[in-house]
Amino acid sequence: MTILTDPPKESFRLSMLIYDTRYRSLTFQAITAAVLALCIWYLGNNLIQNLRAAGLNIAFDFLGDPSGYDINQRLVEYDSQSTHARAALVGLLNTVLVAFLACVTATVFGVIAGVLRLSNNWLVSKLMAAYVEIFRNIPVLIWIIIIFTIMTAVLPGPRAFRGDDPASSMLFGSFAFTNRGIYTPMPWFESGFFASASLNWLVVLAGLVVSWIVSRRITAWATAKQEATGVRPKTMLPVLAVWLVPFLVLMLVMGLTWEIPALKGFNFQGGIKIGGPLIALWFALSIYTGAFIAENVRAGIQAISKGQTEAAAALGLRPRRVMNLVVLPQALRVIIPPLISQYLNITKNSSLAIAVGYADITATLGGITLNQTGRAIESVLLLMLFYLTASLLISFGMNLYNASVKLKER
Amino acid sequence: MKKSVILGALTVAGLAAGAAAAGTLDDVKARGKLNCGVTTGLVGFAAPDANGNWDGFDVGVCRAVAAAVLGDPNAVEFVPTTGKTRFTALASGEIDMLARNTTWTFSRDVDLKFEFVGVNYYDGQGFMIPKELGVSSAKELDGATVCIQTGTTTELNLADFFRANNISYEPVPIETNAEAQQQFLAGACDVYTTDASGLAATRATFENPGDYAVLPEIISKEPLGPLVRHGDNEWGDVVRWTLNALIASEELGVTSANLEEMAKGTSNPEINRMMGTEGSLGEMLGLDADWAKRAIAAGGNYGELFAKNIGEETPVGLARGLNAQWKNGGLLYSPPFR
Repeated sequence: MTILTDPPKESFRLSMLIYDTRYRSLTFQAITAAVLALCIWYLGNNLIQNLRAAGLNIAFDFLGDPSGYDINQRLVEYDSQSTHARAALVGLLNTVLVAFLACVTATVFGVIAGVLRLSNNWLVSKLMAAYVEIFRNIPVLIWIIIIFTIMTAVLPGPRAFRGDDPASSMLFGSFAFTNRGIYTPMPWFESGFFASASLNWLVVLAGLVVSWIVSRRITAWATAKQEATGVRPKTMLPVLAVWLVPFLVLMLVMGLTWEIPALKGFNFQGGIKIGGPLIALWFALSIYTGAFIAENVRAGIQAISKGQTEAAAALGLRPRRVMNLVVLPQALRVIIPPLISQYLNITKNSSLAIAVGYADITATLGGITLNQTGRAIESVLLLMLFYLTASLLISFGMNLYNASVKLKER
Repeated sequence: MKKSVILGALTVAGLAAGAAAAGTLDDVKARGKLNCGVTTGLVGFAAPDANGNWDGFDVGVCRAVAAAVLGDPNAVEFVPTTGKTRFTALASGEIDMLARNTTWTFSRDVDLKFEFVGVNYYDGQGFMIPKELGVSSAKELDGATVCIQTGTTTELNLADFFRANNISYEPVPIETNAEAQQQFLAGACDVYTTDASGLAATRATFENPGDYAVLPEIISKEPLGPLVRHGDNEWGDVVRWTLNALIASEELGVTSANLEEMAKGTSNPEINRMMGTEGSLGEMLGLDADWAKRAIAAGGNYGELFAKNIGEETPVGLARGLNAQWKNGGLLYSPPFR
């Protein structure tokens, strides 16, 4: 007969927190968390005490006061009587603009350079290697300043366009390249549906969205047909028509005209001005980050086993189709995660804008506003909040995309 | 502030004020060196010469204070600051005083918690343009591109001026004077605006200064002066009265040439009090009796400093104008040494 006994009920002793492996890690985690909390409390308390000692406080009222300064690039209505909050918004939009443009062009540069670096053509691959090594090994601030300096030194001032026999003339009579920026014709509608230009553009955008949906339908129909019969119907002409015809009709109805920039007074007036600082910053961020993206792309492509390429070639696919249909779709999975980091880098590096006088949020809220109001802590906190939110949003969006292209296990 | 050592980098601005507690005079004496904030380089006011020695009108004030407090006009560590960094540098205790063409305004004095100890240059904002533009008045600048140093009062005056006259402009914010100069010369902006003295100093460094003109309009009052942190009145007094000693000595005819003679005692009791042969003014400041004598010996009196660095004989070529002694129709007026 066996006697079943309960294991002795061990009472909890304090020393077990250290000597018992069941509790030890918990103990240390608790200690670390406590120390961390203490540090944060200490820092915060120190800050508050020192502020109090200096008779200062943390308040965000200043955001409602008139800013008193002007900004050269405004995507929304703004003048020197607008509030500091409005100035911050102008800067925020400028940051978003340059970051978006730079992300797009950096990706284009990066993909081209990354693919070409693997080219069998010796000259092309070496040229691309040189591009990557030169651009990613010199700080981006230097690139921004170099490009801006070259632009202001090489391009003529607006004065050179003046007179009967000017030293410079406009390209095609409508594009002016000056050291203050590039002036291009601006499209506008003579007989638009609405008085406001932005509403008219929304109509155009809506038209394009409809075209896109219809063209998607056509492609889907062609694919279905191909799967059913094995023959893919020719869709190029209908798709082209779906894109172009509504667009052209819309333009005709709304009376598209171009406003050509003209030299008036000190500067060109009319048309669209793409400021020199924007171009310098945009271009510098693009080529700099493009070099990093090129390396990501190369790594992604090289991560695909050579067997895949050879198998595709054995099936009779031409090199371009091997790249487009077999290698790149698989390589994307490797490329996207580091690409997210590069997009975040672009957004954060755009804060170097003030070096060339571009009015991004660091220059308005974190520069002039901070300086004129002396509200350093508040401004910097808001800046941190903005960059953190922007980065997290980009990261979130790109992670969604990554989830859509990653290897799906069924 | 013993706490701040490890945390300094984390919350610079926040801790800034902590160092502002009293005792700057003792700190400077203990350190044996005065940390003085100046511009990053503006010829005539503060710029390093070919040998790396700082020289200029504002630098003269720093050296006078160092001479008065430490007995050595060269015991100064010059800290170059931009329009943006200057106030943080002062508030955080990185510098003991700021002598950097800084305009005395209400909000800087009251809200930013600084103490302007006086005015060493009465200035006003002006415009510089290339002569070939053929502009003769600032009111003709409609649509012009204007280079400004960011973080300065000029930025705000400019917006006010153009708004008041109902004309438009395009600002190009620039961080330092040197960059602004480069942009202006390259034609990236039509106009450069800053304090008229700064314009004169900048123009003096151009290859062809004659091709550029300063427009007649002065659109603001810019009383420039040295400043210290709010709340340390002993130190504020030292800097204030050193500046006053420079100004008063010009008025009383004390120069670096006749300084020794004057210091032996004169028939003018005010000079005697300033030189320490009568009364105990130095002791009241927490310094010795010779403090003012050393301050003047450092670079001469106000008039000598002006003539040597920015006067009409120099490339900067500024007339005394508002900065003449009150007896000569200017605004310089030191309170009595009594």
